[in-house]
Amino acid sequence: MKRKSITFVIALVLISALLLASCANPTEAPAPAEPEAPVATEPPAAEEPAAEEPAATGGQLEVFSWWTGGGEAAGLDAMIAIWNEKYPDIEFVNAAVAGGAGSNAKAVLATRLSAGDPPDSWQGHAGQELIGAYVVAGQLEPLDELYAANGWYEIFPETLIPLISQDGHPYSVPVNIHRANVLWYNPKVLAEFNVAVPTDFASWITALEALKAAGMESPLALGEAWTEVHLFETVLLATVGPDAYNALWAGTGDWAAPEVTQAIENVKTLMTYVNTDYATLSWQDASKLVADGDAAFNVMGDWADGYFYGDVDGGNLGLTPLEDYAWMPVPGTQGVYQFLSDSFVLPVGAKNRDAAIKWLELCGSKEGQDAFNPVKGSIAARKDSDKSLYNVYLQSAMDDWAKDVVVGSLAHGVVANPSWATQITTDWGAFVINFDVAAFQEALVASCAALGPCGE
Amino acid sequence: MQDRKEKGFAFLMVLPSIIAVGIFVYGFIGWTTRVSFSAWRGMNPDYTFVGFKNYIDLFVNNLRFQIDIKNTLIFTLVFVLGCLIIGLFSALLLDQGLKGESFFRSLFIFPMAISYIVTGVVWRWLMNPASGSRMSGLNLLFDKLGLDFLINSWTSTPTWGIAFLAIPAIWQLSGYTMAMYLAGLRAIPDELREAARVDGASELNIFHYIVLPLLRPVTLSAMVILGHMSLKTFDLVIATVGKQLVLDMPSVHMWQITFDGLQYGTGAAISILLLIFTAVLIIPYLFFSLRKEVTQ
Repeated sequence: MKRKSITFVIALVLISALLLASCANPTEAPAPAEPEAPVATEPPAAEEPAAEEPAATGGQLEVFSWWTGGGEAAGLDAMIAIWNEKYPDIEFVNAAVAGGAGSNAKAVLATRLSAGDPPDSWQGHAGQELIGAYVVAGQLEPLDELYAANGWYEIFPETLIPLISQDGHPYSVPVNIHRANVLWYNPKVLAEFNVAVPTDFASWITALEALKAAGMESPLALGEAWTEVHLFETVLLATVGPDAYNALWAGTGDWAAPEVTQAIENVKTLMTYVNTDYATLSWQDASKLVADGDAAFNVMGDWADGYFYGDVDGGNLGLTPLEDYAWMPVPGTQGVYQFLSDSFVLPVGAKNRDAAIKWLELCGSKEGQDAFNPVKGSIAARKDSDKSLYNVYLQSAMDDWAKDVVVGSLAHGVVANPSWATQITTDWGAFVINFDVAAFQEALVASCAALGPCGE
Repeated sequence: MQDRKEKGFAFLMVLPSIIAVGIFVYGFIGWTTRVSFSAWRGMNPDYTFVGFKNYIDLFVNNLRFQIDIKNTLIFTLVFVLGCLIIGLFSALLLDQGLKGESFFRSLFIFPMAISYIVTGVVWRWLMNPASGSRMSGLNLLFDKLGLDFLINSWTSTPTWGIAFLAIPAIWQLSGYTMAMYLAGLRAIPDELREAARVDGASELNIFHYIVLPLLRPVTLSAMVILGHMSLKTFDLVIATVGKQLVLDMPSVHMWQITFDGLQYGTGAAISILLLIFTAVLIIPYLFFSLRKEVTQ
């Protein structure tokens, strides 16, 4: 008797589950509209009605980001202060989501977008991380008019524009610029071991070899997975040069080329000089090895300057630039500025479109960028910003930004769409298991064909 | 008549949870299954049916998934065996009626109250593989104690690094296994042991022929509980070793390929496979324990 009733309940659960599952399907259908076949690279038609509210004076502006701490949050606050001064009648809603270096925020954003409830503007890494996800999904508006009206085509570096555009249309407004191809070194260590500052890739290897021969266990400091990919992309750039580098990401270059083999060989050589515990260190840990003199060199983006230079109370090292630490472009990449950037976008269907456009204008303005960047520890995307506001490193970066060739970073979302970038990270992970150069190159060729532009 | 009325009422009482479980568990399992058969990649849902393609791609020529499976097997084996052996051993010790038993019992169980994230961060420091002047954590301790042969590169060890990741997991859950065994030991009636002693059995024989067989259901329960936990391990991996391919687990793969790589179809296929692996472990157990309850 008892047995029967249990069977009965189980049967009921299963039946109701089936019923519910079948009911659930139709209700899901209307939300994302037609199951769009891969939209490929077609720019989203701007005619999609951007549910505008009648020209709102008053009202709101909701800006979404993952800037909840440190210099980023302080920089955003500085921009909000300007906003409140300029548009006191439009309430600024700061919809920042904490956690996971943006992973949490992106998941929340994806949910909101699929529910048809986009924030009025959101922050993302400029380039393919935005384009490969949101532009191909038809979720962003092109910003051609805004760029023309504000003179941004002239005031941003010429080589930057194509990297943040799809089919000739820019899709985001960069508020800050970071540089990826920076080699940080400890001048005291180099002096102590009587090693010259490298001038090209070969002399860098010579310097590393000399340090190792003199008893320094790991002259090149390295950290966890993404910092390894970061090292790889700078070495790739140093080996093949900016034109071939851009071609590889555009799908017109050949990943099977001997120059790429050479780049992989070069990074393999570098990996023989790194600390054994690299896989478990954060980027700060790796930078600190250089500051402490346990290593001489570290390749890291220029946010490392904030860590070296920032005051000790803020958890930074409080070092003196050019004395305790110094920098140069990664040897072989002189004259090239490998950038990454946080930028803001205009979603299709923004509830407060007019306010969002005003926000983007502020993001691209001299006033906005010079408020944000000195606090965040980055430079402005504009070539005309006020140098006196920035520290020693940043001033040197601004000089380079104004004259260098600009190329994009892989590890920070500029050059490869999210699927492709994730796959390359996986391929790299396989490479560091056995350092099989040929297998890694084959994997890179396959990744570009499967997930990048090479298959098109 | 009365009986039927009561039953109807009872059914009404459980109906809300049946509906909730139906939607939030079974409904979403169905939903994920559907996504796993689709070509969905990118921000827009794309339900184009591609059959078992996502599954086949995982098993054929996908180096990362092969690493996942290898790592899961090694981790599960070391973790479950470690917990069972240490748990049983400490339960036997505590069962000897020593003074301050409750103190030690609590002490051994406490690690379970800590979240995996905290355990992971602490053990990340303890198992630091740096050498030379930067040596730290356990390696430094071994060095100072003159136990140099114990110094090793922990999770950075080639091939078997994942086995070291089981150490923090064992540390955290062997106390829980001990509690299960202790309850099992307490349930063995003293008369059985005494009867065996009267018959002239040695303590070792008693343990082998009486205690161990009677503990078998506990071992089975512990294996199932620990086994399904190890299949789903995620936070411990992330906190201890981060996202290294060589120490990858299916759950980390699923998370990265879905939310970083936007390959929803593949991510859903991995989650369904995880569900199947777990079900293979749990359903027979549920079936047997349910049948036992019914016959009792």
